[in-house]
Amino acid sequence: MSNKTKPNNSLLNDAGTRALIFQLLLLSVVVFVGYFLFTNLQNNLDNRGISTGFAFFNEPAGFPILIHLIEYTDSGTYGRAFAVALINTFVISLLGIALATVIGVVIGLARLSNNWLVARLATVYVETLRNLPLLLQMFFWYFAVLAALPAPANSYEFADFLLNKRGIYSPNPIFQDGFGVVVVGFILSIVAAVALIVWAKKRQTKTGLWFPAYWSSLGLIVAITFLALVISGFPIEFDLPEKSRFNISGGMVLPPEFVAVLIALSTYTGAFIAEIVRAGILSVNWGQTEAARSLGLRDSLTQRLIVLPQALRVIIPPLTSQYLNLAKNSSLGAAIAYPELVSVVMGTTLNQTGQAIETIGLCMLVYGSLSLTISMFMNWYNKKMSLIER
Amino acid sequence: MKSNVGKLLSTAAIAATISTGAAAATLDDVKAKGFIQCGVSQGVPGFSNADSNGEWSGIDVDACRATAAAIFGDAQKVKFTPLSAKERFTALQSGEIDILARNTTWTYTRDTSLGLDFTTTNFYDGQGFMVRKDLGVESAKDLDGATVCTEQGTTTELNMADFFRKNKLSYVPVVVQKADEALSAYSSGRCDVFTTDKSGLAAHRSKLSDPSAHVILPETISKEPLGPVVRHGDNQWKDIVTWAMFVQVNAEEMGITSKNVEKIKTETIDPEIKRLLGAEGDMGAQLGLPASWAYDIIAKVGNYGEVFERNVGPSTPVNLPRGLNALWTEGGIMYAPPVR
Repeated sequence: MSNKTKPNNSLLNDAGTRALIFQLLLLSVVVFVGYFLFTNLQNNLDNRGISTGFAFFNEPAGFPILIHLIEYTDSGTYGRAFAVALINTFVISLLGIALATVIGVVIGLARLSNNWLVARLATVYVETLRNLPLLLQMFFWYFAVLAALPAPANSYEFADFLLNKRGIYSPNPIFQDGFGVVVVGFILSIVAAVALIVWAKKRQTKTGLWFPAYWSSLGLIVAITFLALVISGFPIEFDLPEKSRFNISGGMVLPPEFVAVLIALSTYTGAFIAEIVRAGILSVNWGQTEAARSLGLRDSLTQRLIVLPQALRVIIPPLTSQYLNLAKNSSLGAAIAYPELVSVVMGTTLNQTGQAIETIGLCMLVYGSLSLTISMFMNWYNKKMSLIER
Repeated sequence: MKSNVGKLLSTAAIAATISTGAAAATLDDVKAKGFIQCGVSQGVPGFSNADSNGEWSGIDVDACRATAAAIFGDAQKVKFTPLSAKERFTALQSGEIDILARNTTWTYTRDTSLGLDFTTTNFYDGQGFMVRKDLGVESAKDLDGATVCTEQGTTTELNMADFFRKNKLSYVPVVVQKADEALSAYSSGRCDVFTTDKSGLAAHRSKLSDPSAHVILPETISKEPLGPVVRHGDNQWKDIVTWAMFVQVNAEEMGITSKNVEKIKTETIDPEIKRLLGAEGDMGAQLGLPASWAYDIIAKVGNYGEVFERNVGPSTPVNLPRGLNALWTEGGIMYAPPVR
């Protein structure tokens, strides 16, 4: 090697150029395979006379959807049906995530409890829920639990609420003229509450004096809103649910499909989150607790100010995966008639229009973006919570 | 989600099939592999239903068996793929199955935009409603405010919406992915009404714990001509499936049954029957089939009347009257072009 007189300086021997060549080769292979698959797909679709495109989005769908949070009638378009399904998927995912987090934290803490019974019960919960298939749990809630409720005619009644196998019925508030005052009052009360919290924090940093800001701001919101209600003379009327020939008419209803999916998703994911929370808390060195105690902090403050913030660093990354799982698992709702994306778009729309590639592609796109959005948010939160070294 | 995985795979299969020669010559493919792959339902008694031994039976099953008898002279050379309503078209488009015989309604959109061809109608049906007897409902017009259960991905969903809209009735739709789960939602009391084709209602009612506690309302709210479907563009294959059905109808009209076909073939002097049974000329050649193709269908599967009686007739749990499905000579609309 050493006595080589004439170094070979040709471009081909340059590491950078070589890397570039290989990259280009790889890229062209990828492009070629992609192009082949795409044209082949086009050819096959043409050969079989299958029409393609998203033109069907503007055509009337003509099928009903059980749960729609935006206006939707049987004569709405496929595009509208898609929007309805999209909202249903978002709603169940976000509510599920919120509820699963609460359940997870409570059960996770319960497993660490010094109370023998509480800790054992939490263990039983976790081991049962996370070891049974989610679809089975959905069927259980839908067909075994909720279907065992009484028929509409024999509903359980609590005040103006009705509970039966068709759902949970509650009075539907109808806002009268003058309700604007209440809305303004509510917004003002929130502004005041935020100002109070900011002030209390500033004062504490400056003087060390503590003020019960959270409780008093809650009281502020309730008091101001109630005052506004009194001033405007309670401008709300309620449409009460009533028994009719087949069903309950009037009121608002939470259908059993929605309730079953929400319970199944949140209790199942909650069991996983409980373990993550437990692991996070156990990962914080016991010395931290001892140090906090020797500074004279109460147990609740020790948890809130010392242990949890450190535990969060361990908790957030696996928690993100659980949130993603929950959002994707919401598609199982299709099996028990919850009209989410898979049910409405990949089910009914696909079948009525026959546009398999378009509808499935669209669903993949939506789940992809939903997951990426959750991921991005959690990564931001993770960064915010991470150890800031001084 | 098995069904969705299946759909993705089928879609991937469409994408991956090499385009040359994919559309043509199903007959050659079928002959080469030695059996017909037939797409059926996941269990509709009388139409396609597997017994405890895994033996399939039903009107739709017999459509596939008749085609197998015509090609191989053996009605058992069929393999069945149970499909949900929403999987069925993709399975046929992608070539996973050769015939789709899954009580599928012939509609304009399906015939023209899915790359499929409907062959012929093997059962004339119409959509109806089933309710509990104790509700005291006598007509579908009384269903204002009712909760209605149905299976997803069928014409039923659209007809139901049209019916309630047309009659200005309100209703709560509960659309379940599979027929069996829609039925259990109905039987658990989630819904007041279960809706599907009337034959399906009769079949599903026979599955309920107390069939006599449920009534099928008199209204028929739609036309549902059900029949086998094949891929668009393979005319020979379409002809075979179509004429396998026509032969059965013609046989019933001529009084030829699986019991007497042997005798008639040797004794008849009627040239039309001779042509049909292959005793004279070679009617099979144009279809690429043996001369005995029609004889094999009748001997192995039976004529249309036998198929009907065996699967959904009054002696079966499904218990349907012939109605529209009687021969045209007997007040129905079953009519087949002549074999000549």
